[in-house]
Amino acid sequence: MTQHGFVAALLSDAAPPVGAARFEVYRNSVTAALSATLAEAFPAVAKLVGRRFFDAMARDFLRAHPPRHPVMALYGDALPGWLKGFAPAAALPYLPEVAAIEQAWRVSCHAADAPPLDVTRLATDPDALTLAPHPSVRSLTTRWPALSIWARNTDRPELANAPAGEVLICRPALSVQARPAPAGTGATLAALAQGHPLGAALPDGAPHAEILACLFSAGALIERTP
Amino acid sequence: MPLPPAAGIGFKPQHARALDAPGAVSWLEIHAENYMVDGGPRLALLAEMSQRFAMSAHGVGLSIGGEDPLDPDHLARLRGLLDWLNPARFSEHLAWSSHGGAYLNDLLPLPCNTATLDRVCAHIDEVQQYLGRQMLLENPTSYMVFDDSTMSETDFLARIGRRTGCGMLLDIENVFLSAQNLGFAPERYLDAYPLDMVGEIHLAGHAPGDDVLIDTHSAPVTDPVWALYARVLDRIGPTPTLIEWDADVPDFATLQAEAARAHALLTRRVPA
Repeated sequence: MTQHGFVAALLSDAAPPVGAARFEVYRNSVTAALSATLAEAFPAVAKLVGRRFFDAMARDFLRAHPPRHPVMALYGDALPGWLKGFAPAAALPYLPEVAAIEQAWRVSCHAADAPPLDVTRLATDPDALTLAPHPSVRSLTTRWPALSIWARNTDRPELANAPAGEVLICRPALSVQARPAPAGTGATLAALAQGHPLGAALPDGAPHAEILACLFSAGALIERTP
Repeated sequence: MPLPPAAGIGFKPQHARALDAPGAVSWLEIHAENYMVDGGPRLALLAEMSQRFAMSAHGVGLSIGGEDPLDPDHLARLRGLLDWLNPARFSEHLAWSSHGGAYLNDLLPLPCNTATLDRVCAHIDEVQQYLGRQMLLENPTSYMVFDDSTMSETDFLARIGRRTGCGMLLDIENVFLSAQNLGFAPERYLDAYPLDMVGEIHLAGHAPGDDVLIDTHSAPVTDPVWALYARVLDRIGPTPTLIEWDADVPDFATLQAEAARAHALLTRRVPA
């Protein structure tokens, strides 16, 4: 038996290469553990489809996208995109967006720490400031009210009526926060990440004051160090 | 802080505040891969715990028994974590978990023969040299026998220890489960096992089963495993001992009671 053959059988319904019945211990264990990892990582998706559906879905997903390394904290980054083509869930067209919010939440949670911008710096020496997104910032745009659907399925009543549109997720200290964001927030953050100054980063025609209020209140910016 | 020859538990974040009570447990073990992140609450909590407890880092992802070369990215992540945490112990498994760029998230079996012995020893040499520390190697739970095994697992482990200088993590639950699944006497395994190389012991409990017993870490330690544990302590004296409980994790009091039972055997206040 080669390990190649063992893996191929673990990730399929193929006949076991070795050990017959006892091989199923490994196949079941691999599938159950990865499925449980995904269910814990995507609790709203799991709740929306139910655990039995989720486990069947996860089995298909993990065979198409097995983990590439042993750090499970972020395993599943391909799930939101994969869900778009998963026909059995087509009746829930918002599911990929809910999954994208859950993945962005995890990425934000485990991102590097950094002190958010001290806003008094804006009053004392605004011209010397170059701003950048906080390492934990993730922004996305939803066509469905996915933030609201996510919030209602993860017991976050404060976001239960959040509209479709842009979403800002960040963790200025130890707890991750998600909020609806004005149109243009994501574009502003992308421009800041490329090194543009704040004035140039704000898109034309976007509600500049609202974007700034959102970014500052969220703690989504840091001072770029030279 | 070295690991005391006392009972420790696997650290779960939900038990962090219960651990504030003085003397709650003697030391903590973490799964190294759970903390290979850039920042955030997990690392912050671990930093706090490591100020107060001796720590053991237990890896599940090196794939030491793998046919593929060790993953340099994973080795680098591991070294980064260990250099930051500086645990008293680092341990890994006699198993493989990655192949061809896929990680299976399970501890998969390998036969014991001279070819696999050479491969495992080369990997352990590489790990110990790269990390700049000794590792402990844990014996696996077995569910099936390989036709191409030419030596016993205990002989295989002893040869690895002699050739690489690594220590042993003796998982007594795994010995018990393998013995049940493959039909041998666990006492005979322990008699042949390199007990002089043991730096740490693992104890755990399993879900009930008929045909095959699965290593689930989901239940209290069973009486036969406590008896085997007492037998080992009679031979090697007090040794750092971990209560592993990773699935269906109970409240802290239940874990603490398991640790107290191990502690009583360690200090011989009650007969086995």
